[in-house]
Amino acid sequence: MSSRSLNVAARLDWTTLLTVGVLVVLGWLNIVSATAEAEVVWDMGGKAGKQLIWMGVCAVLMVGLLAVEGVFYIRTSVVHYAAVMLLLMAVLVVGKKVGGARSWFGVGSFGIQPSEFAKTATALILAWFLSRDGRPWRTFKTRLQTLALIAAPAGLILLQPDAGTVLVFGGFIFVLYREGLSGNVLLVGVGMLVLAVLTILLGASESWYPFLGNESGFWWFLLSLALLGTLALLLVRAATLPRRRKAVSRWGIALLLGGMAFSTGLHLGMEQVLKKHQRERIHVLFGIDVDNPDADYNIRHAKAAIGSGGWTGKGWAQGPMTAYGFVPEQETDFIFCTVGEEWGFLGSAGVVGLFMFLILRVLHLAERQRSQFTRVYAYAVASILFMHFLVNVGMVIGLAPVIGIPLPFFSYGGSSLMGFTLLLGILLRLDAERFAVLR
Amino acid sequence: MELNGNHLSGRQRIVGAMVLAVGLVFIIRLFQMQVTTDEYRNRAERLTEEQELLHPTRGLCLDRHGELLVNNVPGYELMVVPRAMAGVDTAALAMLLSLEKDNLVARLNKARRYSRYKASPLLRQLNAEEYAALSAELWKYPGLSIRTKPVRENVFGIASQIVGEFREVDRQDMNDDARYRLGDYKGKSGIEGLHELDLRGTPGIRHHLVDVRNNVRNTLTELDSLPVPGDDLTLTLDAELQRYAEDLMRGKRGAVVALEPSTGEVLAFVSAPSFDGNLLTGTSRGAAYDSLAKHPWKPLYNRAVRGTYRPGSIFKMVQGLIGMQQGVISPRTHIVCNRDIIGCHGAHTQDDLRRAVVHSCNPYFYDVMRRMVNQHPDKDKFDNARLGLGWWTERVKDFGFGTDLGGHVPGTGSGLVPDTTYYNNIYGRRHWTFRTIYSISIGEGELLATPMHMANLAAIMANRGWYMEPHLIRDIGGKGKPEALQVRQEVDVDEVHFTAILDAMQDVIEDPSGTGRRALTPGIATCGKTGTVQNHGKPDHSVFMAFAPRENPQIALSVYVENAGAGGEWAAPIAGLLVEKYIRGDVDNKARESRVMGATYPLDPTFVDPVTLAQTQAASGDPEPQDAP
Repeated sequence: MSSRSLNVAARLDWTTLLTVGVLVVLGWLNIVSATAEAEVVWDMGGKAGKQLIWMGVCAVLMVGLLAVEGVFYIRTSVVHYAAVMLLLMAVLVVGKKVGGARSWFGVGSFGIQPSEFAKTATALILAWFLSRDGRPWRTFKTRLQTLALIAAPAGLILLQPDAGTVLVFGGFIFVLYREGLSGNVLLVGVGMLVLAVLTILLGASESWYPFLGNESGFWWFLLSLALLGTLALLLVRAATLPRRRKAVSRWGIALLLGGMAFSTGLHLGMEQVLKKHQRERIHVLFGIDVDNPDADYNIRHAKAAIGSGGWTGKGWAQGPMTAYGFVPEQETDFIFCTVGEEWGFLGSAGVVGLFMFLILRVLHLAERQRSQFTRVYAYAVASILFMHFLVNVGMVIGLAPVIGIPLPFFSYGGSSLMGFTLLLGILLRLDAERFAVLR
Repeated sequence: MELNGNHLSGRQRIVGAMVLAVGLVFIIRLFQMQVTTDEYRNRAERLTEEQELLHPTRGLCLDRHGELLVNNVPGYELMVVPRAMAGVDTAALAMLLSLEKDNLVARLNKARRYSRYKASPLLRQLNAEEYAALSAELWKYPGLSIRTKPVRENVFGIASQIVGEFREVDRQDMNDDARYRLGDYKGKSGIEGLHELDLRGTPGIRHHLVDVRNNVRNTLTELDSLPVPGDDLTLTLDAELQRYAEDLMRGKRGAVVALEPSTGEVLAFVSAPSFDGNLLTGTSRGAAYDSLAKHPWKPLYNRAVRGTYRPGSIFKMVQGLIGMQQGVISPRTHIVCNRDIIGCHGAHTQDDLRRAVVHSCNPYFYDVMRRMVNQHPDKDKFDNARLGLGWWTERVKDFGFGTDLGGHVPGTGSGLVPDTTYYNNIYGRRHWTFRTIYSISIGEGELLATPMHMANLAAIMANRGWYMEPHLIRDIGGKGKPEALQVRQEVDVDEVHFTAILDAMQDVIEDPSGTGRRALTPGIATCGKTGTVQNHGKPDHSVFMAFAPRENPQIALSVYVENAGAGGEWAAPIAGLLVEKYIRGDVDNKARESRVMGATYPLDPTFVDPVTLAQTQAASGDPEPQDAP
């Protein structure tokens, strides 16, 4: 055992661990400032104190994770997954309702969020499933099974409901892409994004229709989409070889109808299913005027806090927006506001840089593996980190909808920190063993 | 290798590029938000920084001898923080504040609409007694607090129309000058309004950092500034004379304007009925304003500068002076009192100028006017009337008639001196002659002048041919009187021509048959002239203008008493009393004084003094302060 431990220390990717360590310390400094407890840091009842305890717990956890042989994670991945699924089901029944979502198990003054561990478990099961035999992505059946493995926990989390974490599960598309998912899927994804933006923008406008009077501008959009799409299809068809025309027609019509169906569904969903305040949130994001000034209250204050930082910021624990409660949930989901206000452009760009470095470093770790299990797992880790970073920072700087998910290693919260420690610890152990085994 | 999926390893670059792209977009966005624009920084400052204005002490108003006229006294505002008012017994509170319950609830709702966390005024301008009554009970209501805010006090309650109103700003004021904020006060009229910029001073600013609940959390002292008090104003008024004039005019309708001839300074200024400006502050304002506005005698109407009356006989002196200067008459010119065209009064047949003034001979000045107007024997009567009147109008305006006299006294109206355009508009070009317009020759017809114009005429007489525009300011903050108030306005009449007129004016008072004998004060050579302004069936207005003493004159004044009969009857004795008061410092003629003080004009058995009326109404009325129109 002792020789093995030494082995791990020598082969450990200290760069990644150090980056994460810096993020955690920076995060804690911001939590101290955001909870305005700079003078009572050592009061363990405060949030900064609690976070300090969590940091200690996670350091121990990290050492423990690195001490466990990698094969353990591989063999128990199914157990992890099953356990998490059970927890996710249980939390829907006995969980504590916080902020409208039933996602917490209360244990004394601490709380545990099973969805944080669901990410790690899903990453493990994905790695195990995709590395079972040679080319699992080839048959339709395995593809379906892979998707089901992702969709099952995501579905349970959606029931809580916790849209942010579900979005993170969407990030596994990058893993699948790396493992053989057609690039067309990504292209279709981008196409859907463009359609969605246009649908929401035009859906909120008003336009005149013969016989109907004023209605949403969306229907004009749908009409022009059908006409232009048909025109484009005919042009492309005319330009292709006769023997391929049939296929072009088939796929073209499918794409066009699919796009129109998607667009219509989204529009009707916006108008009929979403509640007014949810619709307003989305409209605020797209810069559409809303009647209700409260709709964008949080994000306006968050942006004001970040923007007021200037080049170098106001200094640690010196930001009035942070100190005096203007930014909501500023120690958790809006922690980046504190960075922006107190550390300025240089500080916040630095933090963005650190995250990019971490994610790219994990991708680099992934590609240097001989083990497919480790590669898939590393890609999953990178995807999860990336989605958290994208949604969280994008939200506070007004580039993504207001969806509450934590900034990895940075936000206040024990479950979140522990979940990411777990995610990363397993990766570092597997990476340290990369020359030892070929699986 | 292929089995392992490594043939797809090129895809790592695409995934990596996506991560880089997102990071780059974020950094660009951060740069745009934090470095390239102040929008967010300004928004954050608006949210977190609050500027507390430190109100400067408003300048005081003193009379010409340094006696305090307008003072700052402590006032109180009852402030409410709506958030802390939940569960309060509004009925009991309404009782304590002596408000209707609905009224209280409306006020609380208004405060809540403004802010749930910020304090806003519930009741304004409470005086010391109201404050004392409240403060004992205040501990029961955690959301209520008292804020001190000085209010203006008119020390003697005199000259209220001159001092003007100091009250809360309206939306227009805040739009015009960003310095005013909701709940601030400013001078709205009179001296308070005209000299708002001198009186108000410069506020100090204290910068606070507030939290999201608007609690003050920290201060930014390096940006703070101290308030600079406003300038004190020394007015030209003589407080004692002013008070005496108001006492004499009590129970009468009319005006008194007294000037110092050598400077144009206003010594006393009364528009009767007058009122106590202190009534128009605080919780009683609404009811008091209402009763003043509805009083049939219109106490809010400033007769001294806005009341326009036909100048009547007094104007004959102006005609005489212009006539002499033009050479159409001399003091020795006798004119037959031909009463065919225009009536006259008294027994005289062929007066010279001096006696024509004393007798107020209408045909004499009719003829003077005819000679002035028809100066062109080669032209027809229409051209003569047009050219003559045009010339004459300019001469009369020389005396200040038809002008606002520089407008230094707030609200000064200009009266009317009809010119050729005026008659053209009425009759049409070349459709009027001297015979059409002759009634202006004796100060009747279309001519209109205010008591201020007549007092100014008295000053011109006293100075023998010049005046300074009437004004109220002697000194602003120790910097002296503005240059613009010290310009000598010359009247185009040589000094020699005044002798005959002044002789006549002295006769008016000293001659046993003079119409102004009631203004006689033994030992003070007073020059005066009565006017009796006919008034379409209603009793005549009693008018008198005078100055004294004849050599080195110290006071020039005009007195108007509406519907009181002949000028010698009421206006003359009031003028005499004021002259005596000002020059001697005291009044010996107690009989005259008590006769004037005891009189009410116009005779109206239902008359209630507006001050008394306002006080009773304010005591019983609803304390809701209303915006006055």
